[in-house]
Amino acid sequence: MEHISLLLVVIPLIAAPLVAILPNGRLPWLVTTLVTVICAILASTQLWGILHEGMISYELGGWAPPWGIEYRIDTVNAFVALIVAGIAAATLPYALLSVEKEIPKNQISLFYCAFLLCLCGLLGITQTGDIFNVFVFLEVSSLSSYALISMGKNRQALTAAYQYLIMGTIGATFFLIGVGLIYSQTGTLNMADLAERLPAVFERRTVHTGFAFIVIGIALKLALFPLHLWLPNAYTYAPSVITIFLAATATKVAVYLMLRMLFTVFPDGFALGTPIYGLFILLGFAGIIGASIYAIYQIDVKRLLAYSSVAQIGYMVLGMGLASATGITATILHLFNHALMKGALFMAVGAIIYRIGSCRIDNIQGLGRQMPWTFAAIIIGGFSLVGIPGTAGFISKWYLVLAALEQHNWIAVAVILFGSLLAVVYVGKMIEALYFKPAIESNLSVKEAPLLLVVPTLMLAIANIYFGLNTDLTVGVAETAVQMLGLTTESVAGAVSP
Amino acid sequence: MDFIIGHYNYWVVIILMMIGFYIVISRGNLVKKIIGLNIFQVSVFLLYISLSVIDGGSVPILKDGIERYSNPLPHVLILTAIVVGVATTALALALVVRIKESYGTIEEDEIHQQDHSL
Repeated sequence: MEHISLLLVVIPLIAAPLVAILPNGRLPWLVTTLVTVICAILASTQLWGILHEGMISYELGGWAPPWGIEYRIDTVNAFVALIVAGIAAATLPYALLSVEKEIPKNQISLFYCAFLLCLCGLLGITQTGDIFNVFVFLEVSSLSSYALISMGKNRQALTAAYQYLIMGTIGATFFLIGVGLIYSQTGTLNMADLAERLPAVFERRTVHTGFAFIVIGIALKLALFPLHLWLPNAYTYAPSVITIFLAATATKVAVYLMLRMLFTVFPDGFALGTPIYGLFILLGFAGIIGASIYAIYQIDVKRLLAYSSVAQIGYMVLGMGLASATGITATILHLFNHALMKGALFMAVGAIIYRIGSCRIDNIQGLGRQMPWTFAAIIIGGFSLVGIPGTAGFISKWYLVLAALEQHNWIAVAVILFGSLLAVVYVGKMIEALYFKPAIESNLSVKEAPLLLVVPTLMLAIANIYFGLNTDLTVGVAETAVQMLGLTTESVAGAVSP
Repeated sequence: MDFIIGHYNYWVVIILMMIGFYIVISRGNLVKKIIGLNIFQVSVFLLYISLSVIDGGSVPILKDGIERYSNPLPHVLILTAIVVGVATTALALALVVRIKESYGTIEEDEIHQQDHSL
């Protein structure tokens, strides 16, 4: 049972080089699918175990923490790990055809190798309880995602990957500087140990500087509004499968890491003494409104959805900024729900690209009538993005509004609602083009995408509705997770206002 | 004054860090950006190594008659970070080679021009 925490990281890590030496063809895909399914099963077992038996602490190589590396799993990690592994398992059936179409035949096994490494890195970040280990996994996942993005069909994919590499490396290096400064004050790298030792040195300026470096480093990775510049290009030009996977997992893991730093590593409301929450609220506002407006003006659907992702990250950051139990619940819920909706939407867009090789608004006109199932997924995903009741998106926005009302933060309520209206505009733009515009002649013969693409897309779309109606699992887990982070409604609610 | 001279390695770190960061931001040449990134990373390596020094501490090798050792852990950490840095540089250079092949240039503004004239 306790070995699961390590297996989740080790299995993809060992499988990656094996896949790389397999012959190109369908075999690498088969092995990768197997690995992701195993990871998804392990991750759900892990979450189940933790919900019933409590936290797991796993000592790597038998070295006792804080000297050895410790994997420390509570509800928060286990939940995020399940999101990552689950989305990977849902993406893989879709990948078979999409990858054959978009990736040159002689690179297929390398593609799956990089994919597994990326999965390993992301799962590693969620599992580990050692702050330097986080840096290593951050770089494992980032380096492989740079390579994956550069495999896109257009040459812009290369510049997008380069841009992401520069910004991502600066982010990771900032994180490293922060870790170094904190280590110099406490002499430990274990998160739980740091949480015990840091309060004694909270007054020191080095700790404050280290905190600032860490927060900015992670903010670059999670594409917080003014630091999001790498994201739209990376998502637009990456191969469809990679866009789905990264959009649904990479930024989510960074959000998790931010929560972990703010509430576990720097405990006792250290962050309350810094301007960070007010800043998060303001940047959340700017992200929600600014990125949504950008999204409205895009003519490429993938790019439109990428900007929408930046806006959705704004909601998560806003939830963090409110710093109340309800706010964090909303953030964790939105982590999960946004993974579902963006997964479904990017899959549907990928299916369109599979058929016509493009997803510009003027090229996809009328395709909704010819590809009804794909279109259905876009409608459900879009509704979820707007936050229409009955979809998953509604639940997280509901909690976010509740959190804002708790603190009588009327501006936040107004911004959330206005952001949803802007989402109506850009989702409407897609639906209008897909359904209400006359089809282009060259597209008249286009058929529905193959079953292997449609079925995973619809499954994620249906998950959007399921988790919009049945919130026992998600809300339950999110609320337990908030307790794990040591937040109670009384302790922080109302302590901050912008 | 003693404070400034006593901490000279940290000043080197800060100066290198700013030089590297400035190059990354200001240069349009993709290779120069990578060079800047490397300088930036190296400054962090120096920071870690400076942290591990202990007054009067010896090299962390077990030996009779020596009581104080420098902290070896940051050295180990930075070995890892150096490997990561090498991998990043290699990947970045590979990307630049591919960019040069498909655009025929490694100047950022010329690449932008080509993308927008499409």
